[in-house]
Amino acid sequence: MKTIGVRRAVNRLMTGLCALALAVALVPLVSLLWLVISRGFAGLSFSFFTAIPAPVGEAGGGVGNAIAGTLYIVGIACLIGVPFGVGAGVYLAERGDTRLGDAVRFIAEVLSGVPSIVIGIVAYALVVIPMRRFSALAGGVALAVLMVPTLARSTEELVRLVPHSLREASLALGVPQWRTSLRVVLRTALGGIMTAILLAVARASGETAPLLFTSLNNQYWNWRADQPTASLTVQIFNYAVSPYTEWHDKAWTSALILLLLVGSLALAGRLLSRRRVR
Amino acid sequence: MQTASEIVTAAREPERAPESAPARVNVPDRVWSGGLLLLGFAVLAVAAVIVAELVRIGGPAISHTGLIAFVRNSTWDVTRDVFGALPFIYGTLVTSAVALVLALPISVGLALFLTEMAPPSVRSIVSFPISLLAGIPSVVYGLWGLFVLVPLLRRPVEPLLAKTLGFLPLFRGPPIGLGYLAAGIVLAIMILPTITSIAIEVLQTVPGTLREAALALGATRWEAIRVSVVPYARAGIMGATMLGLGRALGETMAVTMVIGNSPTIRSSLFSPGYSLPAVIANEFAEASGDLHTGALAALALLLFAVTVLLNIAARLLVRMSRRGPTRVAA
Repeated sequence: MKTIGVRRAVNRLMTGLCALALAVALVPLVSLLWLVISRGFAGLSFSFFTAIPAPVGEAGGGVGNAIAGTLYIVGIACLIGVPFGVGAGVYLAERGDTRLGDAVRFIAEVLSGVPSIVIGIVAYALVVIPMRRFSALAGGVALAVLMVPTLARSTEELVRLVPHSLREASLALGVPQWRTSLRVVLRTALGGIMTAILLAVARASGETAPLLFTSLNNQYWNWRADQPTASLTVQIFNYAVSPYTEWHDKAWTSALILLLLVGSLALAGRLLSRRRVR
Repeated sequence: MQTASEIVTAAREPERAPESAPARVNVPDRVWSGGLLLLGFAVLAVAAVIVAELVRIGGPAISHTGLIAFVRNSTWDVTRDVFGALPFIYGTLVTSAVALVLALPISVGLALFLTEMAPPSVRSIVSFPISLLAGIPSVVYGLWGLFVLVPLLRRPVEPLLAKTLGFLPLFRGPPIGLGYLAAGIVLAIMILPTITSIAIEVLQTVPGTLREAALALGATRWEAIRVSVVPYARAGIMGATMLGLGRALGETMAVTMVIGNSPTIRSSLFSPGYSLPAVIANEFAEASGDLHTGALAALALLLFAVTVLLNIAARLLVRMSRRGPTRVAA
């Protein structure tokens, strides 16, 4: 029989170990954020946001085209992915209490765990092969496919949060189902859905793997959907694995910009949902 | 006098009214319902398209090599059209195993600390940085791994491990930095928030009465956790682990940047290796022909099949544990 002293010591030890886990988990986060900020900040300048990449050995240059490309590709992804994702979510919330609904929900959950590089290959097969070239459209399709399952699941949860009494009040006034869904239920859930969309956009902006062989890369500005397009993430990858130290510095600066972009999108989403709660 | 059946009929009459007027069913309502149904089907269609395209692109390469040979052969020679996936499968499994070994105790400890031990104020403060960790793009993790973790491993960490644990074949060989160990550590950091957040969710479903019963019998807090909380949450924590594993298996950029990209099979964790997603990321855009493209797509199909099976199992486990206890405390 263990004495109470030993048991208390074990209790304290395990509590200490669990607290230690917290410290250990925070070390890489602090290190990563600190380095991205400290190493990336030096390279920040106005032209870094507006110029196109400079060749090795040449001073200056920026990632303006890559920033624009990321926004462009993510924009295409939103145009395709948001209607399907939100729509599927509304279906799950409004008509999802059937066998089919269960199947759709389960498949959406499983799809959200599929590696993004696999989705990249699917977009390659669907868009790049028939078009015979890498394009912003192919990148957008890949990101859209990634957005749909997560958007569907979060939209469903948000629509289900709308109180039943609201729906019943509208139906009792003789408003038809479809108008009730659109004007009352969706209206009420809209703030939350916007948050979900912003978070999905933030996640999509940080994706690299599905863009490697869909939108590829581009050293110049491009606004045509059927042409290869630069993206911030692919540019960071290329800079990081290059053998040149000056390009490594550019990778850090680009990473800082990417984190600011992703972070502000996520923050905007959080603020939006907080306002909704009040 | 009314008969009983007449009364029943009279009472039912108003309910029948809508049935007798099907013409009044709103046409827009039908359209709305149909549209929603189509959007629901879209999710199923996406899943079907993923499978169909992977099989279409990857199928020929598998039938060229033969499925068994494809998975068991360890030579990957593109110029001779020899495609053996074993080094990539091995690298993926080893790095994911390292990641799990490192991340599981830390994330479960963290989840226990936040749900069972820390005051609620600490939980709300800490939950933000943990969600931040989940939101950082993987290419940034790769950048950090390449320029911070790899040099750190090369100089003090790997020589130290070799000196102290060198009797194990895992910790032998030249300390290069780039390799399985670096990839495993980066993966561990990346799956930590996944496992932690689901484990927290699962731990919060443990009924307070279980905990209180143990405490009332004189258990210390740790004993209450060990005897009543952990057994109740076991299935859910397993599910969380499997979701983390699924993420580790498919993670591409961070691994590509630190694993060393060498299609070999080595027992030492210090050696450079390769993983399934990494080889796809490096070779797909510049694949030398249909067979090479196909072989890479076949690797993706393999990855897809494994992650889907893992996810199905994990979701079922998490669902089960949400519904209630699967095992009574041993």
